[in-house]
Amino acid sequence: MTSPDNLPEVPDAQVPEVPAAPGGQQEPPIARRGMFGAQDSGDTSGYGGLVVRRAPQVSTPRPYGSYFDEVVDALALDDAIERVVVDRGELTLHVKRERLVEVCQKLRDDPALRFELSLGVSGVHYPHLTGEELHAVYHLCSITHNRRVRVEVSCPDADPHIPSTVGVYPGHDWHERETYDFFGIIFDGHPALTRIMMPDDWEGHPQRKDYPLGGIPVEYRGATIPSPDHRRSYS
Amino acid sequence: MSTAYDEATEGKVYSVNGGDWDQVVADARDTEEERLVVNMGPQHPSTHGVLRLVLTLDGETVTEARGVIGYLHTGIEKNMEYRTWTQGTTFVTRMDYLSPIFNETAYCLGVEKLLGITDRIPERAQAIRVMMMELNRISSHLVAMGTFGMELGATTPFLFGYRDRELIMDLFEYITGLRMNHAYVRPGGVSVDLPAGAVDKVGEFLKEMPKRIKDIRKLLDANPVYLRRTKDVAYLDLTGCMALGVTGPILRAAGLPWDLRKSQPYCGYETYEFDVATERGCDVYSRYLVRMKEMEESLKIIEQALDRIAGPLKGDPVMIEDKKIGWPAQLALGPDGFGNSPDHIAHIMGTSMEALIHHFKLVTEGFRVPAGQAYASIESPKGELGAHVVSDGGTRPFRVHFREPSFCNLQAFPAMAEGGQVADVIAAVASIDPVMGGVDR
Repeated sequence: MTSPDNLPEVPDAQVPEVPAAPGGQQEPPIARRGMFGAQDSGDTSGYGGLVVRRAPQVSTPRPYGSYFDEVVDALALDDAIERVVVDRGELTLHVKRERLVEVCQKLRDDPALRFELSLGVSGVHYPHLTGEELHAVYHLCSITHNRRVRVEVSCPDADPHIPSTVGVYPGHDWHERETYDFFGIIFDGHPALTRIMMPDDWEGHPQRKDYPLGGIPVEYRGATIPSPDHRRSYS
Repeated sequence: MSTAYDEATEGKVYSVNGGDWDQVVADARDTEEERLVVNMGPQHPSTHGVLRLVLTLDGETVTEARGVIGYLHTGIEKNMEYRTWTQGTTFVTRMDYLSPIFNETAYCLGVEKLLGITDRIPERAQAIRVMMMELNRISSHLVAMGTFGMELGATTPFLFGYRDRELIMDLFEYITGLRMNHAYVRPGGVSVDLPAGAVDKVGEFLKEMPKRIKDIRKLLDANPVYLRRTKDVAYLDLTGCMALGVTGPILRAAGLPWDLRKSQPYCGYETYEFDVATERGCDVYSRYLVRMKEMEESLKIIEQALDRIAGPLKGDPVMIEDKKIGWPAQLALGPDGFGNSPDHIAHIMGTSMEALIHHFKLVTEGFRVPAGQAYASIESPKGELGAHVVSDGGTRPFRVHFREPSFCNLQAFPAMAEGGQVADVIAAVASIDPVMGGVDR
C-alpha cells in the first residue's frame, strides 16, 4: 500500500493476528474486518479491530433428541447423509446429491417415515462455501406421524446439477423451475425445466448473491435504473 | 387476421379483438383442425388475477391445461435481503395482499424462531395476532367466495362478499392504520397496542357477522344454478392433493382434517376451542362449504381472543421485553395520526443520550439474528404458508423463501380441469383461490 506523504502511514497489518482457538480447533473463516466497508483509508470508525467470522458449519452428534433419532434410524442410509444438524428444534439432513432421489423415496414410502407431503424447494446461495455454493432445501412433512424434516442438498457453482425429485414428489415441478430460475440449479430429469417467474429470455439468475439488486435495463420507454452502487450504499 | 407470431406457432392463429365473432366463426368453419388452443389471460376477468391459462380444446372438452405465471413477480424475496429484519414485514405483507396478517405472522414466527424468542412473546401480542389472523381469514374467504361468484357470472355474491369484507377492512384500518399492507405484526410482537374502542368495535362486528354469513349461505348453499356449476366439478381427491402438495380448504374438502392450527399449533392456538371444517366431496362445492364453515369457526376464535384481550390480558405489553429486539418507538395517536409518543420523544431527546443512541441503532441498523435457518409455517386461508428464513448472523436476512400456498395449489389446476369442460376451468381456478401477488411474489 502506498500512502500520500501528507497522510499518516497506514500499516498493512492493521489487524493483529487472532490467536488460535484453544484445543487446536480450526476457527471458522473471517467474513469481514472493520466496519462500514471502509478499505481505502485509515480507520476512523473505531471498529478497525473488529473481526466478524462466518458461522461454523456444525454437525450435531447423537443423540439428536425428540423424534429425530427415530427418523435417522428408520432412514438407515447413513452413507448418503453427509451431516445431520439439529438446530432450533428442527432436523436437517444434508444429503449427497447423487443419493437425493433415493433418500426422498425412502422418506416418502417407508411406513416408519411417511413424509408424504412436500412443502417445496427453496434455494440458497452461499458464495463463500467453496465447492458447495448452491443449496436446494426441501421441507417435508409427515401427516401420519405429524413430523417435519428438512433435506438439504448442495452442488458446486461450476457444476450446478441436482437430480430432480419430481418423480417422487410431483408437486416439485414448479418449485424446481422456480429454483432453477432464481439460482441456476439444473435439476436433471425434470420434465420441462424452464423459467417460471422471469421472462424466458432473461439473463442471469436473480436470487444469487452475485446478482445485483436493480441496475437491470428495463423494457419501459427507455427507463433506466441506476445500479445500487450508484444509488446508495448497500454494503 | 394473420399476425407476426404466425411464424412461431403451428396452425392457424386467430386474434379475437371483440366484435369480430362472425369473422372468427366463419374462418374456423373452414379449417379441418379439430384441436383448438385457446389462450386465456393474463388480463382476463375470469382468471382470478394476472394468470395466463393455455387450454387445448377438443370441442368443449379441455384436453390439456397449462398455467403460466410470473406476471406479478416483484422480487420481494430479493429485496428483503437488502433491508433489516424488521423492514422485512413491510415487504411480506404485500405478497398475498388478501391475507397480509398471515404473511407477516409467518415471517415473524420464522425470525422469532431464529432468534430463539418464541416462548418470550407476550401473551397479549399472541392473542392480538390470533384475533387479527382470524379476522383476516374471514375477509380472505369473503373475497374468495365473492370473486368466485363473479367469475361464474353471478354478481350478487360478489357484492355481498365485498360489502361484508368492508366491515373487516374498517376494523383493520382502525387498529393498524391501514386497510391493507399493514406491517402490523413485527418480530417480537405487534407494532402497536389496540387503540381505545377497538374491543367494542370488534364486539359489534361479532354481533353483525353471523347474520351476514347466513345471508350468503341462504343465497348459495342450495341454489340450483350454483350447485350445477360446482357439484362434482374440478374433482381432486386426497391422493391428488398429497402428490401435488395441496393444502388448505382444498385438502380439507377432500376429507383430511389437516389444519396446522390443530396439528402443529402456533401463537397459542392450542388454547382456543374450534373445529376443523372438512367435507368429503373433493369438488368445488365442498371447498365452498369448507370456507363457509371456517368463517363461522373463525368467529368463535375471535370471540375467545377478544375475551382474553379485554379481560385477563388487559394492559399487558404487546412487544417482547427485550431492549435489544423490541422496537424502541412508543407509538401513540398524535394530532396528525400515528406518531411517536411525546413521552418517548422527551425521554430520548431530553434526558437520555444512551436511549437516543439505542433508538437510532435499533431503527437504522436493526438487531442481529444468530446464524442458521428456520422454517415456520401457519395455516393461512389458502393453505400452509411457510417461511424459510436463513441468517448469516447479520442485521439483514441472508435469504427468505416463502412456501406460498397459492403457488403450490395452482399447480394442481390442470389435474382438476383436464377432461372437463371449458366453463369448469374457471370454477376450478376460482375454487383454488390463488392470489397472484402470492403466487409470483
